[in-house]
Amino acid sequence: MPTLPGLLGIAVLALLVLTAVFADQLAPDPDAQQLLQRLDAPSWAGGEHGYLLGTDNLGRDILARMVHGARVSLTVGLVGVALSGGVGISLGLVAGYLGRRWDRIIMRVADVQQAIPALVLAIAVAAVLKPSVANLIVVLAITTWFTFTRVVRAEVLAIREMLFVEAARVVGADDGRIIVRHILPNAAASIIVIATLMVGNLILFEASLSFLGVGVPVTTPTWGRMVFDGIEYVATAWWIALVPGLAVMLTVLATNLVGDWLRDALDPRQRRR
Amino acid sequence: MAPPGGGARPDSPLDLGPRVRDHPPVIYILQRVVQGFLVLIGVTTIVFALTFIAGDPASTLAPLDTTPAELEQFRHNMGLDRPVPVQYLDFLVHAVRGDFGLSYSSHEPAMGVVLERLPATLRLTAAAVLFALVVSIPLGLLAAMNHDRWIDAAARFFAFLGQSVPVFLLGMVLILVVAVGLRWLPSSGAESWKSLVLPAISVGSFSAAVLARLLRSSLLEVLSQEYIRTAYAKGLRGRVVVMRHALRNAALPFVTMLGLQVGFLLSGAVVAETIFAYPGMGRLAVEAISRKDVPVIQSFVTVAAVIVIAANLLVDIAYTRIDPRIRLS
Repeated sequence: MPTLPGLLGIAVLALLVLTAVFADQLAPDPDAQQLLQRLDAPSWAGGEHGYLLGTDNLGRDILARMVHGARVSLTVGLVGVALSGGVGISLGLVAGYLGRRWDRIIMRVADVQQAIPALVLAIAVAAVLKPSVANLIVVLAITTWFTFTRVVRAEVLAIREMLFVEAARVVGADDGRIIVRHILPNAAASIIVIATLMVGNLILFEASLSFLGVGVPVTTPTWGRMVFDGIEYVATAWWIALVPGLAVMLTVLATNLVGDWLRDALDPRQRRR
Repeated sequence: MAPPGGGARPDSPLDLGPRVRDHPPVIYILQRVVQGFLVLIGVTTIVFALTFIAGDPASTLAPLDTTPAELEQFRHNMGLDRPVPVQYLDFLVHAVRGDFGLSYSSHEPAMGVVLERLPATLRLTAAAVLFALVVSIPLGLLAAMNHDRWIDAAARFFAFLGQSVPVFLLGMVLILVVAVGLRWLPSSGAESWKSLVLPAISVGSFSAAVLARLLRSSLLEVLSQEYIRTAYAKGLRGRVVVMRHALRNAALPFVTMLGLQVGFLLSGAVVAETIFAYPGMGRLAVEAISRKDVPVIQSFVTVAAVIVIAANLLVDIAYTRIDPRIRLS
C-alpha cells in the first residue's frame, strides 16, 4: 500500500493523465479568443466573465489552454523517459555486462556529457534544431540518457557477480538470456524509481525550455510557453503566468512523491529514516 | 588498493617517479587535472558536432537570410567543403586557443563576447551557492538532531517543496511579493548586491533542498556509528559530538553533492537571468538563439563546461583536505 504522500502523488498524476487523454472533450478549442474579455481575472479572484482560471492577454481561456498543455507536458515526460531510458538502459547494460572497451567508451562519453549542464546543452541543441515537440523529446533524451546508464551499469556490475547468474551460465544460458531473464528483473526496482523521478524532471525541463522560448513552436499551448507569454503581465495579471507555473510545480511534486514512495517500497537498502 | 603510506599505483600512467610519489595529493590532483582536460576535449567535440545535428552545417551556421548562391560561397569561405576530420582538427586547434569565430551579431570574437558576461554569471552562481549553504547546513543539522520531531518534519517538507519548485516560478513569485508588493528589492538589473538577492534565492533553492536532505540523512547515518557512542560515553556534550565528530564525517558526501550541483546552478542561472533581466552569459545565450548566433552558443557551452570541470576539480582537491584517507588511496 502506498503511503499517504505516495497516494497523493498518484492521485495528482492520475488526474493529469485523464485531463490529457480527454483534452479535446474537456476543452474543444484552446485557441478561441474573446478579445472583449482579455486579461479577465479568475472567477474566484474578482473575474467578471466567469472563467475559472481567468483569460490571457489575447482573451483565451487559461483553463482550456492548461488542459491542452497537460497533454504536451505528459507526452514529453513519458515519451522522453521512454527514449532516454531505452537508450540509457541499453548502454548501461552494454557497459556493465560487456565491460572492457565498451565500458570505457560509454562511461567517458557520459563523463563528457555530465560536464555540460543539461539546460545549457539542451539550449544549444534546440538552437540548431527546428522547434517541434518531437525534436524537443530528442533533445531531452540526448541530455539525460546517462543518468539511466550510470544506475543500470552499477546494478549490472553488482548483479553480474551473483551466484544465480553464474548458475544460469553453468546450465548454458547465453548472454542475451542472462541479461533479459536474470539481470534486468533484478535491476528493475532502481530503473522504475529513476524513471519516475525522470518524468518529473523532463516535464520541468520542457517547461524551462519553453519558458526560454526554445522548446516548442510558438503556437503549441504548453505550460512553459504560457508562463513565457504571461511574464510581461505578471505585475498586473498574475494568473496568466502563475497558474501554469504552479501546475508545473504540482506535477513535479507529484512525481517526486511517487518516486520517493517507490524507492522506499522497492529498495529497502535506500530507505530514508 | 595501494598499501598504506604508498603513493600512486605503480601501474598509473601518471607515475612521475619516486619524488612525486611521496606526495600522493600532488599525483592525485595531477591525475584529476589531466582527466578534466580530456573531458574538455570531449566537450569541444560535442560543441563541434552541434553544427551537424541538423544535417547541413552550412545552413545551420549561415545567417538567417542567406540565399542558396550565397550559401555555396559561405560553405567554401568557412571551409565547410573540406573533409570532416580536417574540419574537426581545425576547429580543435582554434578551440584550444579560445577561438570560436566571430559573433554573427556583434562581429566581435564570440568567446570574448561570452567572457565579458562571465563575471556576472559567476557572481550569481556564487551567491546561489552561498544561499544554498546558509539554508541547507542549519536545516540539515536541525532535522537530524531533532529526528522524527516536528522540526524534522517541517525541514523535510520545505526540502521537498524546494526540490519541486521551478526556477521560473520561484523567481516570478519573488518578483511579485518582494519586488512589486513589498518594494524591498529590485526585480531586475545588476546595479548593486541588492539585485543579486532574488535571482540567487531562485537559483539556489533547489540545491539548498537537495543538500539539506543529504546532510540530514548522512548525519543520521553517522550518528548511529560506534565512535559517536564512544564520544557520548566520554561525556562530551551533544553539540560537541555533532559539530566535531558527526559533521566532519558527513562533510564528504555533502561536498561531493555540492560539486554536482554546479551544473544545476548554471542551468538555473540561465532561467533566472532571463526572468530578472540580469546581464549574465545565460541571458546572452538565450538571446543568441533567436539570432542563430552559433559561435556565441558554442563558446557559451564550452565556458559552462569549464566551470563545471573546474568546480569538480576543486571538490577533488577539497577531499584531500577533508578526509586524510583519500590521500592514501
